[in-house]
Amino acid sequence: MTTFSPEKLNEFQRLVSAYPEGKQKSALIPVLHLAQQEFGGWLSSDTMDYVASLLKLDPIEVYEVATFYSMFNLKPVGKYMFEVCQTGPCMLNGSDNIIAYIGQKLGIKPGETTADGMFTLKTVECLGACGYAPMMQLGKHYREHLTKEKVDAIIAECSQQAAKQN
Amino acid sequence: MGRKLLLDKAHVENIRQYDVYRQNGGYRSVEKALKSMSPDAVTEEVKKSGLRGRGGAGFPTGMKWSFLAKPEGVPRYLVVNADESEPGTFKDRYLMEFIPHLLIEGMIVASFALGSTRSYIYIRGEYAWIVGILEQAIAEARQNGWLGKNILGSGFDCDIYVQRGAGAYICGEETALLESLEGKRGNPRIKPPFPAVKGLWDCPTVVNNVETISAVVPIINEGGDEYAKIGVGRSTGTKLISACGNIKKPGVYEIDMTISVEEFIYSDEYCGGIANGKRLKACIPGGSSVPILPANLLLKTAKGEKRIMNYESLSDGGFATGSMMGSGGFIVLDEDQCVVRHTYTLARFYRHESCGQCSPCREGTGWMEKILWNLESGKGKSSDIDLLWDIQRKIEGNTICPLGDAAAWPVAAAIRHFRDEFEWHVTNAAESQTRNFGLAHYANELPVAPASV
Repeated sequence: MTTFSPEKLNEFQRLVSAYPEGKQKSALIPVLHLAQQEFGGWLSSDTMDYVASLLKLDPIEVYEVATFYSMFNLKPVGKYMFEVCQTGPCMLNGSDNIIAYIGQKLGIKPGETTADGMFTLKTVECLGACGYAPMMQLGKHYREHLTKEKVDAIIAECSQQAAKQN
Repeated sequence: MGRKLLLDKAHVENIRQYDVYRQNGGYRSVEKALKSMSPDAVTEEVKKSGLRGRGGAGFPTGMKWSFLAKPEGVPRYLVVNADESEPGTFKDRYLMEFIPHLLIEGMIVASFALGSTRSYIYIRGEYAWIVGILEQAIAEARQNGWLGKNILGSGFDCDIYVQRGAGAYICGEETALLESLEGKRGNPRIKPPFPAVKGLWDCPTVVNNVETISAVVPIINEGGDEYAKIGVGRSTGTKLISACGNIKKPGVYEIDMTISVEEFIYSDEYCGGIANGKRLKACIPGGSSVPILPANLLLKTAKGEKRIMNYESLSDGGFATGSMMGSGGFIVLDEDQCVVRHTYTLARFYRHESCGQCSPCREGTGWMEKILWNLESGKGKSSDIDLLWDIQRKIEGNTICPLGDAAAWPVAAAIRHFRDEFEWHVTNAAESQTRNFGLAHYANELPVAPASV
């Protein structure tokens, strides 16, 4: 059963309180972020229905928003998602090579997840870090000035972190 | 060394913290505005300053504020557009990440001027870690009496909230942003009505860029007339430029709008020249949507005058031989870069970001991407270049919002100035897969037109 913990329900209340009475629909995007983070990194239809019930919306109002924004994942993704920018300024600084290198290293193509469910490689469009290219988003943060060595280090860092958690 | 009004304190240690910011003169503009000025007087100073919107369109900010409808009993809103997504642009991120209190301070003054008691920052979803930085700054401002009820005993109440987007370039368009803030898909609205009359939740709303609102702080501190003395003509004050691409020192620079493009690229104070000892081929001076210029047209206008880093000079010559200041996203291409490939990545970007509402944009952006990919991968035909030209013409001006124009212009300018390079991809298809067209003649001196023309 998909439900927020009491702590996350408090966070939900805080998000809704940013808007005037009766405008709780405005909290939909922030609440979807919270739900995605809480329920495995993606939005299943159960999760979206739960969000709809919390905000007193029709489920379709949630689906149409979840499908519009690129940060919402509509199918399961790896524990670590490498979102590598490929737009002009990053391309000028070698993002194509970085994407190819990550793909080769992990044995997957953009859009795919490794068989062990650890890594997803995703190409994304401009993330506003053009001066620090090439770059990717990993979780909440940016990893910038990427090189092959840095990519190796990031993969090792994720693997170690995951091993510690197990 | 130009004057710095926004980044002058950016390198003070711990300036992100309230105490340090306050000790360095922070929140003086709020004291001045709330204790000694009326809301209309604040708007008047902003008008006098000549400040123009720093998000890309360059519309005069004071005028935008004075258009705000003020019907009795209806709330009004200030919404800060922090959805910075234009490729090449990363200046607002810098402001919010390193000097968050500057934006909060500017928002309080602007909210006072506009009568907004509930103001929002709509920040792009990917800037996830900055949300916490802003919320911390807001909490500190509230603890110190700059937000909340009856601020400084003025009777003015104000609170600021941050909302995260979720990955959509289109939400930088102000009406799409408002839709998104209302919890909907980011489909731009048909205008009129403009947000100044019917904006957030159908109430009068002003949407301003982060840098614009930050600039209100020095304007109130120093006065609109003083601010207007910096710069030249209708390009007053300072502008943040985010420089990237093939330069030695990418980063965010604050310029006063009197320096030349050449100085900006080559001086050590700014970009430090082209990286790896290469030569300049081309540049997109104002974010990916504005026309790309070859080196020769970038450094000098078609009239042979030095091109200056300001609104008027960058657009000198119109789209035939000029470009735009746009958002200040300055993208530099060196001699080894391929204009066709670069244009292809931009076309792919716009296809990805089109909201899909208007068919010319929805269909046209995908069509342009495919044709550009064919040309880039050696499968193009000569007629493809004319077809591309034709498609972009049919998108421009035929959509609800400016995303259509923004998608059309980079393609048009690339063909206009680099047609030889596109044709070379067709006639030398195999060779184009192993080497680039190079600098060619794009840096050669232009023949100067007679003065009478």
